[in-house]
Amino acid sequence: MERPAWAPRSIDISVPSVSRIYDYYLGGSHNFEVDREAARKAMEFLPGLPKIMQANRAVMRRAVRFAVDEGITQFLDIGSGIPTFGNVHEVAQEASPGAHVVYVDHDPVAVAHSQAVLAGNDAADVVAADLRKPQEILASPQVQRLIDLNRPVALLLVAVLHFVEDADDPYGAVAELRDALAPGSLLVLTHASYEGIPLPPERAEGTVAVYKDIRNPLIMRSREEIARFFEGYDMVEPGLVPMAAWRPDTAPEDEDPHAFSGFAGVGRTA
Amino acid sequence: MSAEPDGPEDRLRRFATIWSRAVFPVTSTSSTRPEFEEQLLPLAGRLSDALRARTFDADEGRAVGAALVTAHCTDPEALSRSLDCVDAYLVLYCGGSGDQQDLRVRASRLQHAMAAGFAQALRERTLAEQEAISAAALKAQGVVAQALHATEARFRAVFEGAAIGIGIADLEGNILQVNGALQRMFGLSEQAMRSRNVMEWTHPEDAPQTWRLYDELVCGEREHYHVEKAFSRPDGTVLWTNLTVSLLRDADGNPQYQLALMEDTTERRLLNLRLRYEATHDALTGLPNRTFFFERLEKALGAGQGQRFGLCYLDLDGFKTINDSLGHAAGDRLLVEVADRLQSCTTAPGEMVARLGGDEFVALTTGPETEREVDELAARIMNALVAPISVDGRELTVRGSIGIVEGPAGERSPAEVLRSADITMYRAKSAGGNRFELADPEADARAITRHGLTTALPTALDRGEFFIEYQPLVHLGDGSVRGAEALVRWLHPQHGVLGPDRFIPLAEHTGLIVPLGRWVLEQSVRQARDWRERHADAGPLRINVNLSPCQLTHPGLVQDTVDILERTGIEPDALCLEVTESALIGADDDLLKPLRRLAEMGVDIALDDFGTGYSNLANLRRLPVSILKLDRSFTQSMQQFPADPVDLKIVEGIVSLAHSLNLTVTVEGVETGAQAEQLRILGCDTAQGWYYARPGPPDRLHELALVDATG
Repeated sequence: MERPAWAPRSIDISVPSVSRIYDYYLGGSHNFEVDREAARKAMEFLPGLPKIMQANRAVMRRAVRFAVDEGITQFLDIGSGIPTFGNVHEVAQEASPGAHVVYVDHDPVAVAHSQAVLAGNDAADVVAADLRKPQEILASPQVQRLIDLNRPVALLLVAVLHFVEDADDPYGAVAELRDALAPGSLLVLTHASYEGIPLPPERAEGTVAVYKDIRNPLIMRSREEIARFFEGYDMVEPGLVPMAAWRPDTAPEDEDPHAFSGFAGVGRTA
Repeated sequence: MSAEPDGPEDRLRRFATIWSRAVFPVTSTSSTRPEFEEQLLPLAGRLSDALRARTFDADEGRAVGAALVTAHCTDPEALSRSLDCVDAYLVLYCGGSGDQQDLRVRASRLQHAMAAGFAQALRERTLAEQEAISAAALKAQGVVAQALHATEARFRAVFEGAAIGIGIADLEGNILQVNGALQRMFGLSEQAMRSRNVMEWTHPEDAPQTWRLYDELVCGEREHYHVEKAFSRPDGTVLWTNLTVSLLRDADGNPQYQLALMEDTTERRLLNLRLRYEATHDALTGLPNRTFFFERLEKALGAGQGQRFGLCYLDLDGFKTINDSLGHAAGDRLLVEVADRLQSCTTAPGEMVARLGGDEFVALTTGPETEREVDELAARIMNALVAPISVDGRELTVRGSIGIVEGPAGERSPAEVLRSADITMYRAKSAGGNRFELADPEADARAITRHGLTTALPTALDRGEFFIEYQPLVHLGDGSVRGAEALVRWLHPQHGVLGPDRFIPLAEHTGLIVPLGRWVLEQSVRQARDWRERHADAGPLRINVNLSPCQLTHPGLVQDTVDILERTGIEPDALCLEVTESALIGADDDLLKPLRRLAEMGVDIALDDFGTGYSNLANLRRLPVSILKLDRSFTQSMQQFPADPVDLKIVEGIVSLAHSLNLTVTVEGVETGAQAEQLRILGCDTAQGWYYARPGPPDRLHELALVDATG
């Protein structure tokens, strides 16, 4: 059948994707020129962006290990993006073989890639869904199959909430997810912020403008605003802190200064 | 790890530490530096072994270079720093006691191999990842396309299967897509429709705003509009639609397409038109009917300054006779032919002809010139009726009477105009028919009073607005009161006392005469009983009551009269019923039978107004009449002196004839003593008139009778 001329296309790889830009920051090649172009522009303002992403990955890794140490064997990673290396399932299944992991992303390319990466891994799966519609995530067959909501779950919202505008009620979505979790569940959250960036704010604003241009606005929130996502959780030590300061494995002075940009925290449901 | 200080293991560890510290800042790994160092340690071991191996194998360098990529050291800077480390520290920490020159060469060759291995691995990884992401993108597109395909298939099914016509055009009006329903509605193929432009589809019946709305929409000033619109089909027929057009915008809100939804209303419209036609046209003649005519008249009367109207109200003369004699079917055919002829008289714009019902037609002309036009119209109508109409082989001559009303718009209501026309038409008819008359306000006013009286009559009887006056009947021989004639009056709330000449014809016309006559009879007979009871000594007083032609033919006449007499308990000879001569002209036995029965019972029958009609003297013999009442025209001629000898001879002859038939003679309108004396000499029996008394209340008769008795 001939496609009607007015029908919209819903996948357009000529538009940059935050998942693929992220991959590029991490030295990956799961990206296209449009993504790299946007990433390079963003890095003109904040050359340390790759380090910030690396810090994100590192703190996530530490938090997953912490969760495994807490006895948690189910992980729900929303906004998982393009799986490159050091993914939740690798970290979790290394520490706890057979741990269940469900990735969620709204980028169909990221989802397709995740499916390829996870082929043959029965304990991990991916859902094409949106953080802004938590009920769709929770009701998905993948979550139904792999996550037992009656037992504690580690919910990962790593480097994703800063892509949800207030108009889309991110706090409501986070609360909805919290209400679905069994007591003892953990929320692992990282979020971009002007606080802690080792450069003048106008440099960071340049990066924010790049994301605005690609219609994926980056919402910088204050520590106080980020802390509100943990409503209904008890903060795990050391609380909401710069990423590199969350339960570091090595001396902070060894870390790149950019690793202290933005915040990371883990909360536990009562 | 426990290693002998400064032993080979310790030295290897120190090399790995230096290496990891140099490279870690430029890696993308999420491992910690110590973890990263653990990853580099075996690589350092391999380089160390290769450096000191008996047989040198540069491939070990390639493997190490490749392993760096595996450890996510994809940044070229990681290679550069690694090579710097190897160059500066490998021989130093791992060279042992070998030949320094040889070790340097080997280290150099290992660096070349590492670079090649790194480049190869990075290239492979890059290609693999590019392929992976492209595959993912393709797959995702496939998934989305599939979903889109399913959605599209659904929409396509809706589009194609919809009973409503759907079309999409660009903003220049070029038609891009149409569904099956639309093609069927237009009777055009998709191909034929797609080569068309929306703007070609103008139609003479387009409402004035249709294309203005269209322009506003394609300019983006309007989101949608809804109109009733006609389209011409290729076969020449007209397609009527309920059309809704919506503007489709792109993601940025710019106008992009126009979407038309069309519902075929042709049949519904035809049905509506037919229903409207049937509701507004006369089924027999096809002419507009009363409803339609009133609409048009209302419109004409509501027209603006300077506009006038002219109306011809036509009623066929003697149509009832044709209907009665030739039958309704023939009458109908005659009406159809008349309708056709009238139709041909009203061809100018602003003219119309309608059938109001029966044989009543109206023709209307409008505009500023109707004063002249309406006369011409009436003349055309009269002229159109001149030629005989052939019905069932008979040539029927049809004549008509026309009432014309003409005037400026905005002054009168349709009902007023039509009533005036009706009245005027009756005037034309009373003047002999076959003519037209112009409305005259004074004549209208009179007729309107008559109309008002007619409508007020029925309630007047219920409200007791009628009363009876009595005029004495005096015996000419001795001057004694022998009875009285009952004369009904109407005390009208607005018009005061009205004589019978004002309302009896109306009561005759409406049939109210029957109950009214019964009432008069009952009242009069009661009065007669009162007189008889009170003045038994004054002789047998008799009451005269008039019977109208309508009462005469009413089947209840005899029974009603008998009932009243019995109820009142009075002898029939106390009653005399007066019947006009004209009512009995040509009367057959059927009509005379009730009168005969009454006469046989003892009720006297008087022949009223004798001498006014075409008096058939021979006929008198077979009428059950005992009294002749000479019309007042005979007595009037005796008011002058000397009286006309011819008149005297006639009266004498009538009296003589009457007496020879055993009829008594009463004269009316006696106003002077001389008259009375003359009439007595001529042999008349009884008289009434102003000379004796005007009609008055019953008590006056009582007084008169007393005077008579005492005088």
